[in-house]
Amino acid sequence: MLYAVMSGFVAAALLPLLHRFLGERSSLVAAVVPLALTVWFATSFPRVASGEVLVSQSSWLPEIHLELGFRLDGLSLLFALLISAIGALVILYTSAYLHGNPRQHQFVSATLMFMASMLGVVLADNLVLLFIFWELTSFTSYLLIGFDHEKEESRKAALQALLVTGLGGLFLLAGVLLLGTAAGSFSLSEILRADRALAGHADYPVILGLILVGAFSKSAQTPFHFWLPNAMQAPTPASAYLHSSTMVKAGVYLLARLNPVLGGTEAWIGWLTAVGVLTLLTGALMASAQVYLKRLLAYTTVAALGFMVMLLGIGSERAVQAAVVFLMAHACYKASLFLVAGIITHETGEADVRRLGGLLRFMPVAGACSVVAAVSMAGLPLSFGFVAKELVYASVLDRFLVFIPAVAASLLFVVVAFQVGIKPFLPGSSDSSGTPHEAPPAMLAGPVILGLACLAGGFFPQAFAGALAASAAAAIQGGLVSEVDLQAWHGITPESVASALTLMLGVAAVFATGHWVRIGSAMKPLANFGPDRVYVAKLKGLNLLAVWQTRVLQSGSLRRYVAIIVLAMVGLFGLSVLRSGELPILNRNTPLTLPSLILGLLIMLGAIGSMIATSRISAVAALGVVGFCVSLIYVLHGAPDLAMTQLVVEALGAVLLVSAFLNLPSFHDRKRWVGRFRDAVVAILGGLAMTLMTLMANDVQLAPSIAHYFAETSVLLGHGRNIVNVILVDFRALDTLGEITVLAIAGASAVALLKLRMAAKRRS
Amino acid sequence: MTEVFLSLVIGVLYAAGLYLMMCRNIAKFIIGLGLIGHGANLLIFTAAGLSTQRAPIVPEGVTIPVVPIVDPLPQALILTAIVIGFGLTAFVLVLFLSAHEVEGTDDLEKMRSTDQ
Repeated sequence: MLYAVMSGFVAAALLPLLHRFLGERSSLVAAVVPLALTVWFATSFPRVASGEVLVSQSSWLPEIHLELGFRLDGLSLLFALLISAIGALVILYTSAYLHGNPRQHQFVSATLMFMASMLGVVLADNLVLLFIFWELTSFTSYLLIGFDHEKEESRKAALQALLVTGLGGLFLLAGVLLLGTAAGSFSLSEILRADRALAGHADYPVILGLILVGAFSKSAQTPFHFWLPNAMQAPTPASAYLHSSTMVKAGVYLLARLNPVLGGTEAWIGWLTAVGVLTLLTGALMASAQVYLKRLLAYTTVAALGFMVMLLGIGSERAVQAAVVFLMAHACYKASLFLVAGIITHETGEADVRRLGGLLRFMPVAGACSVVAAVSMAGLPLSFGFVAKELVYASVLDRFLVFIPAVAASLLFVVVAFQVGIKPFLPGSSDSSGTPHEAPPAMLAGPVILGLACLAGGFFPQAFAGALAASAAAAIQGGLVSEVDLQAWHGITPESVASALTLMLGVAAVFATGHWVRIGSAMKPLANFGPDRVYVAKLKGLNLLAVWQTRVLQSGSLRRYVAIIVLAMVGLFGLSVLRSGELPILNRNTPLTLPSLILGLLIMLGAIGSMIATSRISAVAALGVVGFCVSLIYVLHGAPDLAMTQLVVEALGAVLLVSAFLNLPSFHDRKRWVGRFRDAVVAILGGLAMTLMTLMANDVQLAPSIAHYFAETSVLLGHGRNIVNVILVDFRALDTLGEITVLAIAGASAVALLKLRMAAKRRS
Repeated sequence: MTEVFLSLVIGVLYAAGLYLMMCRNIAKFIIGLGLIGHGANLLIFTAAGLSTQRAPIVPEGVTIPVVPIVDPLPQALILTAIVIGFGLTAFVLVLFLSAHEVEGTDDLEKMRSTDQ
């Protein structure tokens, strides 16, 4: 299974290379990878259906309990099949959709990476691993949404999706870590074995809250729903793949996966049902105001996701089955409709449903697929959508508060299915430039196969989906055996009566589409107060904060940098002194001799002198006094080498400074007295801190001195009698080499700068 | 007492150096840099201990020096620091001179833009 997940990443990495040799045909080769994966997952179906859980473990970072562990049970298999099968169709579709686009292989490469990450999410056994793949899907979706990176809206939408799902990801990470700690293991297999042991845990509310935020943001639940319609800036294949059938369902997957561990409590049922219903209604309401193909579909996707979350929240055996079947049906018809919408816009250049019509003559195959998918979405009998809807109704019939929103959403599905899937193909005319053509076979393969799936699911639901749904539902319910009985027609039942009622209302609503859109448009200003607005405001605030703190900290003023560094040092040092409450104890006490006293006083005088000097020469002279006295102190305390070096450097430095300062116009400090006073306070604080630090350093001996080693081996190993010299050129020769290099670089840079100056002078 | 006294000297060196580095004049900044360099060297020197005064040199005729000697390691570090400090001063000097020519000012507050 490791290879199954990794194959997508490897293929994505190899694709650019392949593209060089094969050109656009490389996309067709790339489609082989998901196709092979589909076959592989399909062949493992019998084993999974019999209740077996396939597991593969390989070690990655055992120190932090992170294994490359993967497991395949019914739920994972359902998702894996959807991901790889639709992935293959989408890549095939892309090869024609982006025909002639020089960056086609980049798009396919990102799609493959996304597919691999998504497989990682649904197959991961380790919670942390799951989180890593989860983040990878956000990242790859960023690349896909922002594919048209020259358009500002694309970049904005990509960033929004990344930030919203990324923020949710942070919550998820915290939740996952807490969950792992509470359960005592990060392995899903082990956590699932514990079975609802966490409901009574003290951290349960926190864990639940964090994980729900993560799942809701990924699956576009209210109030995070706004990123999904905006993400329609992505090229259509990406919308069909990520934003209808796979990525947005990652949150649903996570909820389903953790249902046996976290589910069944009052909080779980309450939150999931409430948020699900809210999302359902938001999606339905927003969809009514849309006229563009993809945005219409996007809002119904939001509503559909709300459906699934709501069903998982109800959590009864029937509801779980309904969620699974609905998920399958939705993936089939929604991906198909997206792909056809892409074909329509591709061929006519039009995305406004009000201006589309009469396309059936030009593209009969696409039209047929579209109608089949629309019928499934509307839930007409003998379609997969009908089977799913019957199940949904059956599981919510006795819950009035949930039943009404469910009917409302189904009503919306009828309307949108008509507008997107059927109306463009009805007699009428499109305001398009030129004659549209039937799409090439590569683009039709997806809608045709998905359309066939919609039909198969409608006519022979039990044979087509029964076993898969049963094993997935069993996995969601923690291994209980789930009897799934899917039938194309149940006879007259309360569900079918409700269904018929929905359809009739839906048809009525279709005829009133004009009013519908008008009402929706009238409510459009309301959207300005939605979470999208909050997001924009927050983003703006963040930018302002960044600008402000950059202006304060990175002002470009050298003086302010110095002041900030000094104050930070004083503050941190003062804090640690206050906290430890230790003061220097002065355990070393060397009597002060008269020469030392005189030299020290001279140094202080020199320092103050150079500070208050009014001419350049006197300042350099004062600095020279300091250097000279320091070297004498070295002499007094047994450091002749230092003294010699210091004297030489001091002389050289004085020459350098005097000759350079001749070029500067003034030695005047342009500060007013307030600035001087402030600087003086900062400087004195810094000096005090250094004094205190020196005193405390006298008391500290962190490690035993290694001086005796150098003393004992200087002659024997280093063949030198001046121990300091031996250290420099022998024991720490590499250090010295580095130092020489630094000096050489400084010297070379100085020379280069001087040459620049001279060249500039000659020019002027 | 020497330690306390030298700590005070170091504090004064730092304070004066920092004050000069916060001035708006290039030349003062460089002088301040030099003062802080002295302060840092003295800090290491003082922290290494001042109690012994015998230089770390092995006399002729023996292979191991007569203990106690001054710790030679901090001295090696300071020696490196003195030389590097000199290199730094030279570089900063030339850098500021060039900046002065390009910007036409020796006021650090006016040298804010990085592009040009």
